[in-house]
Amino acid sequence: ALVFNDPDFQHEDLNFLSRSERYEQAVRKSALMVMKLREYGIADPEEIYWFKSFVHRGRPEPLDLHLGMFLPTLLTQATPEQQDRFFMPAWNLEIIGTYAQTEMGHGTHLRGLETTATYDPATQEFILNSPTVTSIKWWPGGLGKTSNYAIVLAQLYTQGQCKGLHAFIVPIRQLGTHEPLPGITVGDIGPKFGYDEMDNGYLKMDNFRIPRENMLMKYAQVEPDGTYVKPLSDKLTYGTMVFIRSLIVGDAARSLSRACTIAIRYSAVRHQSELKPGEPEPQILDYQTQQYKLFPLLATAYAFHFVGAYIKDTYSRVSSDINEGNLSELPELHALTAGLKAFTSWTASAGIEECRMACGGHGYSRCSGIPDIYVTFTPSCTYEGENTVMMLQTARFLVKSYNQVSSGQRVTGMVSYLNDLSRQRIQPQHVAARTVTVPINDPVSLVEAYKARAARLVEAAAKNLQAELNHRKSKEDAWNRTSVDLVRASEAHCHYVIAKLFTAKLSEISNAAVRAVMTELCLLYALYGISKNTGDFLQAGILTDAQITQVNHRVKELLAVIRPNAVALVDSFDFHDVHLGSVLGRYDGNVYENMFEWAKKSPLNKTEVHESFHKHLKPMQAKL
Amino acid sequence: SVNPDLASERQTASFSVEKLTAWLDGGVELTRIRRAVVEAIECDPVFSRENQYFQSQNERYEAAVRKAVHLQKKMHEMGWTEDGPEFKYIYRALSGDIAFLLHRIFMRSISVLGSDKQIAKWIPLASQFQLIGSYAQTELGHGTYLQGLETTAVFDIATQEFILNTPKISAMKWWPGDMGRSATHTVVFAQLYIHGKCYGMHPFIVQIRSLQDHSLCPGIIAGDIGPKMSFEHIDNGYLMLQNVRVPRENMLNKFCEVQPDGTYARRGSQQINYFTMTTVRISLISDEVIIPLMKACTIAVRYSVVRRQSKLKPGEEEAKILDYQTQQEKLLPQLAAAYAFHFINNYLQELFEKGYREVQRKNFDTLPELHAFSSGFKAMVSQYCTSAVEICLRACGGHGYSLLSGLPSLYTKILASCIYEGENTVLLLQAARFLNKCFVAASAGRPVPPSVTYLAAVKPGKCPANNKSDFLSPDIYTEAYQHTAVRLVSSTAAKLQDLIQSGVKKHDAWNQCTVQLVQAAKAHCHYITVKNFAETVEKLETEAGIQKVMKHLCDLFALHGIFSNAGVFLHDGYISGAQMDMVTASYLDLLAVIRNDAVPLVDAFDFTDKNLNSALGSYDGQVYQRLYEWAQKSPTNTQVNPAYEKYLKPLLHNMRSKI
Repeated sequence: ALVFNDPDFQHEDLNFLSRSERYEQAVRKSALMVMKLREYGIADPEEIYWFKSFVHRGRPEPLDLHLGMFLPTLLTQATPEQQDRFFMPAWNLEIIGTYAQTEMGHGTHLRGLETTATYDPATQEFILNSPTVTSIKWWPGGLGKTSNYAIVLAQLYTQGQCKGLHAFIVPIRQLGTHEPLPGITVGDIGPKFGYDEMDNGYLKMDNFRIPRENMLMKYAQVEPDGTYVKPLSDKLTYGTMVFIRSLIVGDAARSLSRACTIAIRYSAVRHQSELKPGEPEPQILDYQTQQYKLFPLLATAYAFHFVGAYIKDTYSRVSSDINEGNLSELPELHALTAGLKAFTSWTASAGIEECRMACGGHGYSRCSGIPDIYVTFTPSCTYEGENTVMMLQTARFLVKSYNQVSSGQRVTGMVSYLNDLSRQRIQPQHVAARTVTVPINDPVSLVEAYKARAARLVEAAAKNLQAELNHRKSKEDAWNRTSVDLVRASEAHCHYVIAKLFTAKLSEISNAAVRAVMTELCLLYALYGISKNTGDFLQAGILTDAQITQVNHRVKELLAVIRPNAVALVDSFDFHDVHLGSVLGRYDGNVYENMFEWAKKSPLNKTEVHESFHKHLKPMQAKL
Repeated sequence: SVNPDLASERQTASFSVEKLTAWLDGGVELTRIRRAVVEAIECDPVFSRENQYFQSQNERYEAAVRKAVHLQKKMHEMGWTEDGPEFKYIYRALSGDIAFLLHRIFMRSISVLGSDKQIAKWIPLASQFQLIGSYAQTELGHGTYLQGLETTAVFDIATQEFILNTPKISAMKWWPGDMGRSATHTVVFAQLYIHGKCYGMHPFIVQIRSLQDHSLCPGIIAGDIGPKMSFEHIDNGYLMLQNVRVPRENMLNKFCEVQPDGTYARRGSQQINYFTMTTVRISLISDEVIIPLMKACTIAVRYSVVRRQSKLKPGEEEAKILDYQTQQEKLLPQLAAAYAFHFINNYLQELFEKGYREVQRKNFDTLPELHAFSSGFKAMVSQYCTSAVEICLRACGGHGYSLLSGLPSLYTKILASCIYEGENTVLLLQAARFLNKCFVAASAGRPVPPSVTYLAAVKPGKCPANNKSDFLSPDIYTEAYQHTAVRLVSSTAAKLQDLIQSGVKKHDAWNQCTVQLVQAAKAHCHYITVKNFAETVEKLETEAGIQKVMKHLCDLFALHGIFSNAGVFLHDGYISGAQMDMVTASYLDLLAVIRNDAVPLVDAFDFTDKNLNSALGSYDGQVYQRLYEWAQKSPTNTQVNPAYEKYLKPLLHNMRSKI
């Protein structure tokens, strides 16, 4: 309310503004936000996060990278001397920075980045170059127009050798005039699918020199004579990646929750057709097909909330271990978050679209707010690690764990089910034998079914990989030829983890009514997942035909059970109307009159007779 | 010069691209005509789409109107006529970026629903653009469910006029194209009332803007409905009517008339009316659904051989991303689907031409089948292609999200096709209703239309495949699809029957089965698509290379469907677990085979660079150079940074003093 009621943060509906105007509004609000944060003395990261998300209503803004990447990177990777030089100016926004990693030619595959930083001992400087078109930095947020500094990732060359990627603090615009510095070409990459307010930019460097002290040297170092000093561990960078990917999981939950809120409220307001002859038109939420589109997504949104919270907790626990020098849990967490980032962002992205479709034609209007949620969220399938690559990282860990088990070692954590696989091989009893009696109303048993599916698919992928290797293929070739199987195995693993975490959450709920409704949602989540992947469960003999029929039937029963609570379940997400930004999803449900009010403000309606009439229509009519 | 990574792909083509293009077009002559139209349009600067991605909604609208006006001149100049062979290629050449599409629907509705007298009065005016028409059916509160529309037209005997009203906000017309800013007239669908009795939906010609100064007519409130996900160039509009009077002659009265004394008279069959709706659904499949998918495939496949990322073998150069199995698995099934749907579209066109001849002979027997076909396929194809385009977008990594890739606008446009001309779920349920009826009839031994006779031929059994190569036999997989379609239709029919027998009311029973009914309708359409693809390949008389690669695509389309819906095929044991492993193996093998022809297969779609309008998908593969050049043209780079002086400068300089 501090933000929503502040007149300084008000502006015209963003849907009616041009890209340039949206950028301008975002910068205005960001500048104001920074002033107010200082004025109110807000410094706690969590509080800053919420303040920011209310100011920008969950949208990206040009200072995101400054606050989210530039400052934290200085904190974690700069030496104390460097912090003295850069941190306070950056904190005071004399320096606005961004984080320039991705290039036109390379994204997720970091080793392929081509920007070079060559050390010149004569002047004790690094010479930065973008040697090819593909090496131009491309996409970093805030780079195009806003930032005057960037942390640039480049291949370090010293004493004639390439030492791999390192980070450098690079000034790009003149303090005072904001003009690009000589040797720097910088600009905006043009319009995108969403992110209108963000000046994602390009950066080309030609023999641009920076002092030696501008390399971030807390870990790796280059001495004045050019001697390279290696960092202690390269696993440390995992930590940041895990953290950011955990944020994406939370974002997946929130974005899907917003879309569900809009679609479910609107479906309660919209009346259409007839269910019973002679009766008034029913709410579209009473149609089974509509429930079948929306309620599994609602359950998914809840599931992802719990997963997001779990990763965040695990991360803070593991990172305190890391500070004590214990890195043992990091690989699994890293592998797990990669897969969960991919799984949740894919699912949420598709789910948001499903919500939009469920709103029919009006979902397609920007006033529904869903197109905006979609374009803002869906790039997370690509950034911070392309999803397929992420799934394959998880798969690498799964195969490694499987091989450990095969060679007699035990594995721990979320993959410990693989230990059972070896036991089953000893007793020639089929996986199915244990689970034929899966009681489909018990979440815990369903989690067992998911576990069996994951085990089976991991095993199948590992065996196929081995078979390819036996065909005297190179390791890489064999991996590539198995990658579709490997992705499936990762997906099954993630699906199991999510079902497990959701189920585990139920026992923590003390309020009986809340627990009851959460149990229904959890069941729906688990059963719907089975009904969408029946092939896996049938083929592995985990469930029988008859059970699948039961599962399908039970899913539809649950839809009817959840129906009365549907609106309450989205109200619980507690999105303020301003934050939701949707005419269809308004809390008061006064949809149609407000759509009309909204449309009247459209730019095409600024004049009653559009200028095209005088320019084109009238002359044509006169001529024909 | 062509990027060598793309050039090398073309050297190894296993067939002649030019011949495949001609075959897709329906003959060498048609290819020639199409190219001539494209050439004429593209060399005319008025039709340029060069700055499209940088334009505002107002600019896009203005450009679309300008193009529409210019097109009239162009057609005259070129000697193109509406019934000439060139006409159907114009829209494709313009990429649909043009106004007055609804003007055509306006004319068509008058031609179909109007009397000869009405046609004689309105059509010349419209074709001379003395008025601009629109078609106002959908309302804020109702879309696909037409009976629910709330606009009223009350007949006033005293003045021989209809009084049109928007009785409440949800009755406001909402969405009609060309209506927000351009149209002077529109066909309004309203509930007809005579002497207080409602006679249902009827069409009325209503003037909404002055022909002199384009201002709104008395009693009319109209405007643009505001920004949408796409279609920035179209002024979708709203319309509110307050006691607007139109003469009795303005009700389109070919099928029913209100006589001066208020007598309501029906004449002829209205079924032909339904036939129009069904043909519109079929006609949009090609231009609005299949072509966008073909474009998306072209962009994504070409980009995937130019983009190199990571290494497949140590020490070698980075691999083309299309060499990764996961990338092939994303794109190649979509490419196969584009071909599959191209062929099913040909099939549907033929079916409808035949149907049209029957209807003209006043034989309406085939109408239910045609209606079910148009509903089912419009829904199935648009849904499939929409997700296929999205897969292509996602497969292009970060650059796919740049508007300059062309993919976001293809996606936002195609996805509207899932809703307009009938919301897909509703349409699938209409198809399911037909299937269910036919199944019941067939089981009772009554005759059913030829396309669904398979429903009666229940052959329980098992899939006879013994090894993975058996799954490359069209008989084997077509049979599997047929079996599955029959199983889904019959089990749903049985469940419906059970529910009704156990005392559940018919409509409740229907609602309880709708999820399954939708699945059954999709399975039916999927089966027909596979069967038609296999038959097309079978009949194909062209060079062996084309036949071979088409066979691979057909196999891939079919096996991808089984692989992705494994549960449905495994469910009753028709395909066993072991056989499903064979399907998977065969399917993955095919990816590597088709990989080699992927670029020639998209080249054969024959889109010009201007038509694709994509920095990633151009013929020469100079992706990065083009991306960089195009970005520099963005107004964000050519205009002064609006935020610097106003906000950034004070922020950069004043913070210290503020703290």
